[in-house]
Amino acid sequence: MKSRTIKIDWLARVEGEGALNVKIKDGKIADLKFKIFEPPRFFEAFMRGRKYSEAPDITARICGICPIAYQMSACHAMEDALGVKVDGQLRALRRLIYCGEWIESHALHVFLLHAPDFLGYEDAIQIARDHPDIVRRALQLKKAGNSLVTLLGGREIHPINVRVGGFYSVPTKRELASLTEKLKAARDIAVEAVRWTATLPFPDFERDYEFVALRHPDEYPFNEGRLVSNRGLDIAAHEYDKYFTEEHVAHSTALHSHIEGRGAYFVGPLARVNLNFDKLSPLARETAVSVKFKPPCRNPFKSIIARCVELVHSCDEALRIIAEYEMPDQPAVQFQMQAATGYGCTEAPRGILYHRYRIDDQGLILDAKIVPPTSQNQGSIEADLREFISANLNLPADKLQWQCEQTIRNYDPCISCSTHYLKLHLERM
Amino acid sequence: MARNKKPKLAVWKFASCDGCQLSLLDCEDELLTLAGAVDIAYFLEATRATVKGPYDLSLVEGSITTPHDAERIQQIRRTSKLLVTIGACATAGGIQSLRNFKDVREFTAIVYAQPKYIETLNKSTPISDHVLVDFELQGCPVNKYQLMEVVNAILHERKPNTPRHSVCTECKRRGIVCVMVAEGTPCLGPITQMGCGVGGEYSGAICPAYDRGCYGCFGPKETPNTRSLSRWWTEHGMSEQELVRKFRGFNAFAEAFRKESEAHEK
Repeated sequence: MKSRTIKIDWLARVEGEGALNVKIKDGKIADLKFKIFEPPRFFEAFMRGRKYSEAPDITARICGICPIAYQMSACHAMEDALGVKVDGQLRALRRLIYCGEWIESHALHVFLLHAPDFLGYEDAIQIARDHPDIVRRALQLKKAGNSLVTLLGGREIHPINVRVGGFYSVPTKRELASLTEKLKAARDIAVEAVRWTATLPFPDFERDYEFVALRHPDEYPFNEGRLVSNRGLDIAAHEYDKYFTEEHVAHSTALHSHIEGRGAYFVGPLARVNLNFDKLSPLARETAVSVKFKPPCRNPFKSIIARCVELVHSCDEALRIIAEYEMPDQPAVQFQMQAATGYGCTEAPRGILYHRYRIDDQGLILDAKIVPPTSQNQGSIEADLREFISANLNLPADKLQWQCEQTIRNYDPCISCSTHYLKLHLERM
Repeated sequence: MARNKKPKLAVWKFASCDGCQLSLLDCEDELLTLAGAVDIAYFLEATRATVKGPYDLSLVEGSITTPHDAERIQQIRRTSKLLVTIGACATAGGIQSLRNFKDVREFTAIVYAQPKYIETLNKSTPISDHVLVDFELQGCPVNKYQLMEVVNAILHERKPNTPRHSVCTECKRRGIVCVMVAEGTPCLGPITQMGCGVGGEYSGAICPAYDRGCYGCFGPKETPNTRSLSRWWTEHGMSEQELVRKFRGFNAFAEAFRKESEAHEK
């Protein structure tokens, strides 16, 4: 019997540094490690002694791709501790800036990072040589998301306008209205993207996942909701620590998350669409149905379609919020300091992002816990790889390696975030 | 640089958030032009295709925090004709340099259940502490128009036009009312380098335009008078503890900011 190794030392088209080592012996996987070697940065440690108001800006620096997600989870956790409720137009503006982040992040992943795998190109620049229109329109879509974040947040990466209680300053109705045409054009591109991604070649691969996402009675989840799953989980954000545990393994600087007593789970666009299909905008839902993309979808490769459905939804939701916008009197809600513990969980582009802070009566942080989406997906990624490789051992080494990379990229892993993550080694001995 | 061949560009990552290299992908209007002008030889966030060195221009993001990375930057320097650091992590150690003021073993124990699995250095240090750096671009994150200017200038063998004056000058140019004078909001603008708001639709200094004080994400300007700013803030009732936090942000380990924060830590 032959043995072999699959080794990917530096995984490309992901955010951050990771690797995969697989040892195959006698036609079976002897060892599989999805390694995250992004150096640790110790956010939870140096947050201690910082002020509650600094948490949104400091934690944004965990990830340059989804800073809004960090700012939102941090704000909600602090507001939970301080008993603050952000409502009305301020709440709507938070959803709006989150729409912008989902658009730029999903457009980046769908077209620049994931689509090349399906089309057999090394990168989007190679796609652009043969299909310049696809890449140009993708960049136009991404730019619409970035314009939204820049207008509301001051800049696309590490925006400066989000604070505990609301914003530093709020836009006028006219300023927001200037984005309407860009977002309408973006929505058209997103609808096309759903139809286009649905025609891509998908490996015949399904697993029975526990999908976890937020669910809100009135809306598709961005900022608020209960944590639910397709296996009966239904809890509030402050109960997170009772149901989810993190484990530190030797091969990763990212902690692995499990649901207590049940194991690995799946967060992100596919989980959200599966659990919240009825809350999508009518156009997003109709476009999904028109390409026969309906829940439950258990093929992780089809996450790319889920991301495009969410692109349609985000453009729609942004347009709705802008149309109904009235400038609020105050950019932020006033509040009093108190010693307390607060919990926040919001939907980052890659899935649920949990923050917990304990603060003293001066607003100083005593203790912080942050659980990013990618560390929650690590278990599912490793399980997918085991099953995918076992079923495809007949593939030539270079093709198997590429498809392993694609399997990982299904999750849009953000390794910079999860390190508190990729390289691929396939070893056939 | 050879004139008959496209120059080879490489992008490297150390401890960081990925945001500065993402700035390249955020140049939606210029990305395909850039890809036409240079050979993107190594840029893992964007492509799995890699070309061996030597490289004409290496852009380096992130700070050095592990023994392995301290060796890796040496190899990168050896294969790079020109090496430019991008962002606060690579030029000053980044937010993760807050460990430099504390005991890193204690930090590891706070975050990780099995500290023995973690390999890390005591300090997060800028790239220039390890190798010769040809040009440093400040900012957390870098400004994408400044980044394009640096790449463009270097490809054309001229000095990049990235001024080192203060954020204050930008506010005056844009006609933004001073948040410190008018509202008493503490602002690091007088000692922070301009650049955050260069180019784009909303040109100018960003934070004061959004009614908040600058928090120093672009790092020290040339010859910053940190002592004078501290004195003003003290007169306005800021505590020593708060002063330390103000200087100890995304550029905490940049010399001017580090010395000022240490002067108030007693």
